[in-house]
Amino acid sequence: MTERKSVQVAVIGAGPGGYAAAFLAADLGMSVALIDPATNPGGVCLYRGCIPSKALLHVAKVITEAAEARDWGVTFGAPKIDFKKTRAWKDDVVKTLTGGLGQLSKQRKVSYIQGRARFVDPLTVEITDAGGTAEYLSFEHAVLATGSSPSVIPSLDIDSPRVLNSTTALDLDEVPPSLLVVGGGYIGLELGTVYATLGSRVTVVEMMPQLLPGADADLVRVLHKRVQGVVDSIMLETTVTGLKEQKDGLRVTFDGKKAPAKSMRFDKVLVSVGRRPNTGDLGLEHTKVELDEKGFVRVDAARRTHEPSVFAIGDVAGEPMLAHKASHEGRVAVEVIAGEPVVFEPRAIPAVVFTDPEVAWCGMTETAARAENRTIKIAKYPWAASGRAKTLGRSDGLTKWIIDPETERILGAGIVGAGAGELIAEAALAVEMAATVTDLKLTVHPHPTLTETLMEAAEVFFGQSTHVYRPRRD
Amino acid sequence: MIKEVRLPEIAENVETGDVIKVMVSVGDAIAVDQPIVELETDKAVLEVPSPYQGTVSEVLVKAGDTIKIDQAIIKIDTAATTSTAAESKPESPAPKPATRQDDAPRAPAPLAPVAMNPEVAPSASTLATPTPIATGAAAPAARTEAAPASPSLRRLARELGVDIHNVTGSGPGGRILKHDLTTYARNAVAGASASAPESPASEVTENTKWGPILREPMSKVRQITARVMSEAWTTIPHVTQYDKVDITEMEAIRKQYSKKIEPGRGKLTMTAILLKVAASALKVFPQFNASIDVDKKEVIYKRYYNVGVAVDTDRGLLVPVVRAVDKKNITELSAELNALAERARSKKLTPAEMDGGTFTISNLGGIGGTNFSPIVYPPQVAILGVARSRIEPVYTETQFEPRLMLPLSVSYDHRLIDGAAAARFLRWVVQALEEPLLLALEG
Repeated sequence: MTERKSVQVAVIGAGPGGYAAAFLAADLGMSVALIDPATNPGGVCLYRGCIPSKALLHVAKVITEAAEARDWGVTFGAPKIDFKKTRAWKDDVVKTLTGGLGQLSKQRKVSYIQGRARFVDPLTVEITDAGGTAEYLSFEHAVLATGSSPSVIPSLDIDSPRVLNSTTALDLDEVPPSLLVVGGGYIGLELGTVYATLGSRVTVVEMMPQLLPGADADLVRVLHKRVQGVVDSIMLETTVTGLKEQKDGLRVTFDGKKAPAKSMRFDKVLVSVGRRPNTGDLGLEHTKVELDEKGFVRVDAARRTHEPSVFAIGDVAGEPMLAHKASHEGRVAVEVIAGEPVVFEPRAIPAVVFTDPEVAWCGMTETAARAENRTIKIAKYPWAASGRAKTLGRSDGLTKWIIDPETERILGAGIVGAGAGELIAEAALAVEMAATVTDLKLTVHPHPTLTETLMEAAEVFFGQSTHVYRPRRD
Repeated sequence: MIKEVRLPEIAENVETGDVIKVMVSVGDAIAVDQPIVELETDKAVLEVPSPYQGTVSEVLVKAGDTIKIDQAIIKIDTAATTSTAAESKPESPAPKPATRQDDAPRAPAPLAPVAMNPEVAPSASTLATPTPIATGAAAPAARTEAAPASPSLRRLARELGVDIHNVTGSGPGGRILKHDLTTYARNAVAGASASAPESPASEVTENTKWGPILREPMSKVRQITARVMSEAWTTIPHVTQYDKVDITEMEAIRKQYSKKIEPGRGKLTMTAILLKVAASALKVFPQFNASIDVDKKEVIYKRYYNVGVAVDTDRGLLVPVVRAVDKKNITELSAELNALAERARSKKLTPAEMDGGTFTISNLGGIGGTNFSPIVYPPQVAILGVARSRIEPVYTETQFEPRLMLPLSVSYDHRLIDGAAAARFLRWVVQALEEPLLLALEG
């Protein structure tokens, strides 16, 4: 048994939440340990989530644009896809970024410990490495950042390499000839459209009446229209009732509104029905940490758990399960440890779906306003009226503001269209700064850009949008 | 006359559209340009406006239908055939966007927000320093409306130990600026009053041991009123001066002239007369039409006279402002006041119409009461309260006479206005009402 090490802050899990917390703690002069089973920091986001999927989505986008260019007088012909090379490039991106994080960790003198941590008491963890060797680590404070894992549907959880989750779907050796995507949320749609563009015959099945359940219908409508042309079929209000491995693939039976009468065969099935927090096997029973009904760690606004020495951040601490929420929470937790009177209190956390077109929103959505019975005003600008969109050949888009009618304050925004994920950041700033519609209207946006749609949507609110004739009726 | 509305040409090469939503029903009144259906074409989602005014007599399409150019959508019974609209070609070739200005939430068909929905993270802690979970509340409490302040300002508030939800914002739409926060904190420290006291109120909020309770969320108007009143009370040292006006003659004149000016303008009320008197009084006593800048130690005299009038609505207390009162005669003021009050009651008042007041009048006489001490509405420094008039015996030189007496009160900010000035101000108002020529002579 190695001698007991001791640090001020032990961060358990080195994903975007964990490593952001660890790096800030080190910057503030604390002694920090960062614990994770992988070789370098990065977590799901870097290794098997955000980063690799975005790399593949970029490849898909290039293939799509090259094909569209034919309409503009530039014909490339059918692409030759060397998937092994694509995968190798993707792996290289991951390696470079995670290696970079490893470097940053060393520079800051963070003790990076490769292994799995379990609490033995509120001030100590036992860390076991891949070989089984254990060491103890004492700490003054711990930040639990163990993240989440893909959810499983028990009836579909057959032991077959043909059944994929997001992790294995990003690690395929070749493009599957046919792919069933179970779950029409962001993960399923991103990966599904990637493989469809790479040549797979893709079918999407979703239980709810809408893709991206919970997102505003007007935004999803634009995406649905485009995805419809990319995949073989989208079956809404339909579920998978059975999954059987056969010699040549998986035989799948369906039930629901769009269910086919007969079963269908697929080479691979991707199950992307959500994620659940990782709280198992952490030794939490040796602490006062409590979980809620959904399995998330209960925390207060400062991200403290019921155990005074333990904080929890990121996917393990609750929705939305997004990397940028995790990193901000991680930093707040560390500031609290450092004695600052701060809490995690954003007015808007943007969400982005990186399909083509992208869908993004932040702050209050129309769906949420309706559920709360809250009176709002909506100002929409169609990208059909955007000059820049037309030059990109992508007029399929929409920008909308959600506004408080009494104060004219921006409560939220929703955007669908090419680059929505970048555009939403301005909206997040507007919400955070408690901007009013007039502030957006009066901020000079560059022309010709897609950002102008944000300014022009604000003009629409007053019935005075330059490029859209829509007088205000009050 | 029954007119058919047909789908006009929307754009080049667009032959059909899918109906997403039908926005009218049979029997609805419909105005020119009011949207009839929401239509999706290849290019965009747009609304088809009505070319006619009238009542919808038939709806010929439903959501999900694909319709063609020139296909009939609805039929309208036009009340009069004065509309010159021909088959409507939209004025601009560009498609109109689907702007929906919802005044009320539509019939809810909510999809339960799932993992994707980045709700604003609930900020539970209204405590200046977050207390450890172990000692008290576990998960974040019920979500409070986020204060309209930038992130850096929210942090500054916590550092100063201020609950930012208690700070009134002076920025656009009530946005909280740094100045609002520092002024609030400074006043709180100066001990103007205990701000946000550790109150026995918490006994009621948390404890049901004395009996059952019912919790209801506060409306927007109530929240704003609570915030403003709290700040007014804790920063302004209030004194109220009381007086009575003999309005026997004035009331007779009012009734007489009311009949004359009523058509088209509504009743001539005492409040309208008081508006004019107040504006004149503010000219004679400029201190009452001012604000104070505590930081710079300056008095700001306003050379404009915008008087707010408190209106009781079913949403709560609203104070629309009548602008440039000094430049309008009583007839104009009466008409404007009636229109504003109506707009306030029918929820049509905009924030701009409640902004920019320099003085306020609060008339509770319609309801009753002998007198009351209104609260000054910062950054103003005075407010006139009016209670119910009644016949009282008044001793003139020789005997008691029944006279109609109206109780008035003026609450004022004693940082700027002293007792003697307030007494003179109110005496002037009283005299102006009892001897109307004074208004023209001095006001």
